[in-house]
Amino acid sequence: MAEDEFDAIIVGAGVAGSSAAYRLAKAGLQVVLIERGPYPGSKNLSGGVLYGRVLHDLIPNFWESAPVERVITNQVVSFLTADSSINLDFKTETFNQPPYNGFTVLRARFDRWLAEQAEAAGAMLVPGIKVDGVVKRNGKVVGITAAGEEMQAKVVIAADGANSFIAQNAGLRDKIPPGQAAVGVKEVIGLPREVIEERFHLSGNEGAAYNIVGYATRGVPGGGFLYTNRESLSIGLVIHLEALVERELKPAEIFEDFLAHPMIAPLIKGGKVLEYGAHLVPEGGLKMMPPLAADGLLLVGDAVGFGVNNGFVVRGMDLAIGSAVAAAETVLEAHAADDFSAVRLQSYPARLEKSFVMQDMRTYARAVDFMKNERLFETYPALLSNLLADIYRQDAQPKKNLAPTLLKNLKASKISLLDLLKDALAGGRAL
Amino acid sequence: MNRLPVPEKLAVNKYELDEGHPHIVVNEEVCRAKCKNLACLYVCPANVYSEQNGKIMADWAGCLECGTCLVTCPSDALQWVYPRGGFGVIYRSG
Repeated sequence: MAEDEFDAIIVGAGVAGSSAAYRLAKAGLQVVLIERGPYPGSKNLSGGVLYGRVLHDLIPNFWESAPVERVITNQVVSFLTADSSINLDFKTETFNQPPYNGFTVLRARFDRWLAEQAEAAGAMLVPGIKVDGVVKRNGKVVGITAAGEEMQAKVVIAADGANSFIAQNAGLRDKIPPGQAAVGVKEVIGLPREVIEERFHLSGNEGAAYNIVGYATRGVPGGGFLYTNRESLSIGLVIHLEALVERELKPAEIFEDFLAHPMIAPLIKGGKVLEYGAHLVPEGGLKMMPPLAADGLLLVGDAVGFGVNNGFVVRGMDLAIGSAVAAAETVLEAHAADDFSAVRLQSYPARLEKSFVMQDMRTYARAVDFMKNERLFETYPALLSNLLADIYRQDAQPKKNLAPTLLKNLKASKISLLDLLKDALAGGRAL
Repeated sequence: MNRLPVPEKLAVNKYELDEGHPHIVVNEEVCRAKCKNLACLYVCPANVYSEQNGKIMADWAGCLECGTCLVTCPSDALQWVYPRGGFGVIYRSG
């Protein structure tokens, strides 16, 4: 072994990279964790809630020292039309017990903390350095280049996010096609703590997570989200790129419309925009999955495209951490055998198959296409809203019972019963 | 509520500008010859791209580094890399 060779180089100090670094450093390996931003988290946006069980397994009771914002006790699904909203609002105190179901986090703070844990475990954190590519010898990845210098390692873990230039550079994948990606746009809006708690019916550290479908995206496949932080709201849209390009719409304009919607506007009223961000979201599911391992190289997190959106919850960080832990376990095994060949590293995908990561990707594989069903974004929210308006409207006209009212609205919506039945079945299987 | 236009939203963000080192370069010839829909003009959440005198300009200083333009550019006319280490947008919340 060369003297300056590390056991592992990890590219990207997001939640995946830092989790892998933590696990490996803890086991005594010489790990370097490279981050292109001036500090970990400075290039990252949270597009979801951190469902923290997998991190609790890695760092027990992490919430006691980590900068988490709020414990998610309220999960809301909202259907929007241009002028109406229908909410399924679920609140449970059972989610407010350790180990807690989910937390809101602000990545610039949370990722920084997680990278510090990796550092404390012995990893060498190098921020402010952009990795330009991998170094290959005899077809095997043996290190990276950054700022004109070479750095060597037995294995490289690419945790460099949705665009993963490292995976592309190593020849494991091409850039994402527009049909398998979405753009996330987001604002962090500052509001006093008491206002947030009053407005969202929260006490103490309780938090709310909204998943919003329908008119949120002007009918373009995608959806909205709103999360309560301690003293701010994270609000944004995820918009599929293929349809966005087809319709020649501007994300910033769709977003402005969304923020002005009669359901949304009062929730953010009086708030101060603290930050405006955008991030690519891989939405290809199993279809776009590149090879996960090559000679001397493993891919984790968004670089692979791990993510689940079933309409109720949006997940990415927990799958990223899960994949990172599986990758780290694989590296430990490879390290013990002193064999980092692609054949040996195949135990990484095998591990993932046994874990919740790939099993959930398979369980929700059909959700990817189902969530692009255009009826979900216009027809069904309109149908539901018209039906409820009929039920609640009292205009001194004779009322009809529920069944004939439903039939009337179904007929008016021009949905064929066959489509409705197909969608109901497909939804039941996909979500 | 009085909403902010995109340039004002970007002005709220923190950036470390890498002067003299644009991380986005538009290949005008490829644009002209191959591109039909000029997707970059509308898909960018930061309105980085504009058409000036028939030429596509990239105001890269306000880039949020999402990569949407790169994914949707139909003609491969963009040379788009992340800014050098330490530069570009610096999220304080995320």
